Amino acid sequence: MLALFYFFVAVAFAIGIWQVNKLLSYRTLIKDLKEGKQVSSLEEYDNPFATEKDNDIQGKLFFIFLIGLYLMMGYCLIFLHDIMLPGSASVEGEDYDNLYTISFVLIGVVQFITQALLYFFAYKYRGIKGRKATFFADSHKLELIWTTIPTVVLAVLILYGLSIWNDVTDLEGDDAIVVEVYAKQFAWEARYAGRDNELGRGNVRFIEGANSMGIDLSDAKSADDIPVRELHLPVGKKVVFKFRSQDVLHSAYMPHFTAQMNCVPGMVTEFGFTPKYTTEEMRERKDVQRKVASVNKVRQAKGEEPYEFDYLLLCNKICGPSHYNMQMKIVVESEKDYLIWLNQQKTAKELFKL
Amino acid sequence: MSEHHHKETFVTKYIFSFDHKMISKQFLVTGMIMGVIGVLMSLLFRLQIAWPEQSFSIIEAFLPERFQSEAGVMKPDIYLALVTIHGTIMVFFVLTAGLSGTFSNLLIPLQIGARDMASGFMNCLSYWLFFISCIIMVVSLFVEAGPASAGWTIYPPLSALPQAIPGSGLGMTLWLVSMALFIAQSLIGSLNYIVTIFNLRTKGMKMTRLPLTMWALFITAIIGVVSFPVLLSAALLLIFDRSFGTSFYLSDIFIGGEVLNYQGGSPVLFEHLFWFLGHPEVYIVLLPALGLTSEIISTNSRKPIFGYRAMIGSIMAIAFLSTIVWGHHMFISGMNPFLGSVFTFTTLLIAIPSAVKAFNYITTLWKGNLQFNPAMLFSIGLVSTFITGGLTGIVLGDSALDINVHDTYFVVAHFHLVMGVSAIYGMYAGIYHWFPKMYGRMMNKTLGYVHFWITAVAAYGVFFPMHFIGLAGLPRRYYTNTNFPLFDDLANVNQVMTVFALIGGAAQIVFLVNFFMSIYKGKKASQNPWRATTLEWTTPVEHVHGNWPGEIPEVYRWPYDYSKVDENGEYIFGEDYIMQTVPLKPGEQES
Repeated sequence: MLALFYFFVAVAFAIGIWQVNKLLSYRTLIKDLKEGKQVSSLEEYDNPFATEKDNDIQGKLFFIFLIGLYLMMGYCLIFLHDIMLPGSASVEGEDYDNLYTISFVLIGVVQFITQALLYFFAYKYRGIKGRKATFFADSHKLELIWTTIPTVVLAVLILYGLSIWNDVTDLEGDDAIVVEVYAKQFAWEARYAGRDNELGRGNVRFIEGANSMGIDLSDAKSADDIPVRELHLPVGKKVVFKFRSQDVLHSAYMPHFTAQMNCVPGMVTEFGFTPKYTTEEMRERKDVQRKVASVNKVRQAKGEEPYEFDYLLLCNKICGPSHYNMQMKIVVESEKDYLIWLNQQKTAKELFKL
Repeated sequence: MSEHHHKETFVTKYIFSFDHKMISKQFLVTGMIMGVIGVLMSLLFRLQIAWPEQSFSIIEAFLPERFQSEAGVMKPDIYLALVTIHGTIMVFFVLTAGLSGTFSNLLIPLQIGARDMASGFMNCLSYWLFFISCIIMVVSLFVEAGPASAGWTIYPPLSALPQAIPGSGLGMTLWLVSMALFIAQSLIGSLNYIVTIFNLRTKGMKMTRLPLTMWALFITAIIGVVSFPVLLSAALLLIFDRSFGTSFYLSDIFIGGEVLNYQGGSPVLFEHLFWFLGHPEVYIVLLPALGLTSEIISTNSRKPIFGYRAMIGSIMAIAFLSTIVWGHHMFISGMNPFLGSVFTFTTLLIAIPSAVKAFNYITTLWKGNLQFNPAMLFSIGLVSTFITGGLTGIVLGDSALDINVHDTYFVVAHFHLVMGVSAIYGMYAGIYHWFPKMYGRMMNKTLGYVHFWITAVAAYGVFFPMHFIGLAGLPRRYYTNTNFPLFDDLANVNQVMTVFALIGGAAQIVFLVNFFMSIYKGKKASQNPWRATTLEWTTPVEHVHGNWPGEIPEVYRWPYDYSKVDENGEYIFGEDYIMQTVPLKPGEQES
């Protein structure tokens, strides 16, 4: 790879020197001219201004560039489609997916049209000697059109977006499961609220020995809390996450659920969603299988174990040297399986022998 | 104007010069040197992203041994340091000081018809503060534990605690000192620009006859004065937290096996203060580029810029809105969701003036007689990347959609296109266009073409596919993605992007060769090489102190009388451009 880089550096230098040489030889031409020697087509030879020929070539290059740009956009849209995240796996994410689709269709249409206009005009109106440019300084009608259209379109996007935002950030509701997600350099921990569905107080000042999340054990609500190292969630039930951080900023990113919230030392932040598919169901989905196949193709080529889909929690805010390796598995299962799993976990009372 | 001619020494002419033209060259060359450093860093970390933990002799050669985990492989925190310093250098040192500093200094007195800046001393001071801040930033690269590595946004507590990352020790201190000086120079410069434009315009140069470049630089200076002091206070409070044990940003922290003695502070406060500058900063970078481009597109289309007043209006609207949208960087910071709604609203509004600008540029090309000088190519390239990058802002500015793409490579692709590449294009366009004014010589055209086309292909090749790996959920600032099988299929895309980055990086050498050779060997420029209308082209090619040897010319018309014809369809003065200094012909309507 590096050889390639050196090669390009060399080519760049070579081009530079070639041109400078041209420049220097031009100087001798001037000398020749002064001495009265015959020199033909000096104008064309080294003119710092774009000539008609330059305009023609550059205009056509712009047109070719436009075609290239279209090809690249098309290529990315078709062939990079499989690598992208599958549709959202949370109930709240359905609206997100709609808005996402609408926004990207809109962006695509505007992008295709405006780039075409830009490069096509560059090609069509490339300078010709003697042509008069049209003195066209203003048109209130045109400007009104392209102020109004974006305004209307954006108004729709804003209203739709805000209604979704309101739904997503609305965490009211009595029967939501409360889970604390606790971030630290460079690992995640979690704590279920237990039978009373209320978390006991937590603060870094209570961290001691096995009590790595700083749970306030004198708080009556703490006794039934369940500290864990892996998240299990029941399908179809709203989960409200309370995020805390022990040291620096982290961000709890659960891309498949379209969920993300920063973990901020000194305060508790919240986010919530309702898982829609169990891990097993997700593995059966067509778009997920395509993504898994695309990953496994690469892994196979490297001779690595095949990858199986799992929900993930990862850190998405720069938090230190090992930021790149901070993850926790999330399992979504039926409510029955979830309860069985939860009952196998030890409560704080059992763990800390209160 | 006192004609006090004192003999200039080497020191007063080339080093502590008060002359705005010399100062602009100082800003440009310093900015270019910083640019080389910034781009080289990006190539180094792109190698690591594409081929994680593979050994590269270039990394072995450039990085000190203590920064390598094994020969030719950078350590994870050094990767973060490179990302951090790359961001800082490119955003502040190249695209703020290098772009705005160069062209504000060069063009403001020349285009408004002034002998020099309002205060030559402040101008000189501004450059030298910039120079010192560059030196400190470069020195910080050689600190034992490594330079600042908390990201260019330096969010505490990461940036406050050396226990959290080695770069937050002396490296971070130097970063803060360097930035404090940088902010001081920016403020001094901006105040000078504003005062000069307000007070020193020549006779007849009404505000509505100012070239759009002047409007852009003027509004940029105002945004800078409004927002940079806030970053300075944010940095000062961070210095207090780091060195004097205050708790503005820090609270309840357990690190390295002990609870730190901080209580009651909040990192979210820092985020608010930082982005109160951070977002306007995007426009501090972009508006000058758009201003230069307005001039260049109009001149090379041989047509007036379309919708002059709408352009001024949209610059003002963008500037105003830019100061009330900072919260869109913080939708998921834990701030109240209602605030998120407000910021979504104001953010998406910015799309309207931006769309107006883009459409006006495209209409300016329509039915023009386009002269494809290198400056014009870069200007068209700017409009293209400005649209491509700007459109994805609709996704990021919408709080609901931002949740899942926040801090992924989608964001990196978005801002690199819309402010990085666009502003760099604007800067190149400006250099190619005003080089004859700076050095009295022409740059080589063919090299300019080669430079543009390789850069244009490489820029899209790097940043267009990057959107898709962002939509795959890949977080930015990961040293390697190999710990997540989920991202294994992105490796190929990353390799392609790195190859394009290497090509694009190498292509800049063509520019550097062209620039430095042309200073000495370029063809001698004529007084008005691009047949433009503005005042800077009425000054002599050889620089004189005070810009015009005689009286400052008077201005009679707006700056965009290109291809203006009378009722018979003939050019009014026989040429396809009329300089601002030419009085109206009897019966001619002012445009």
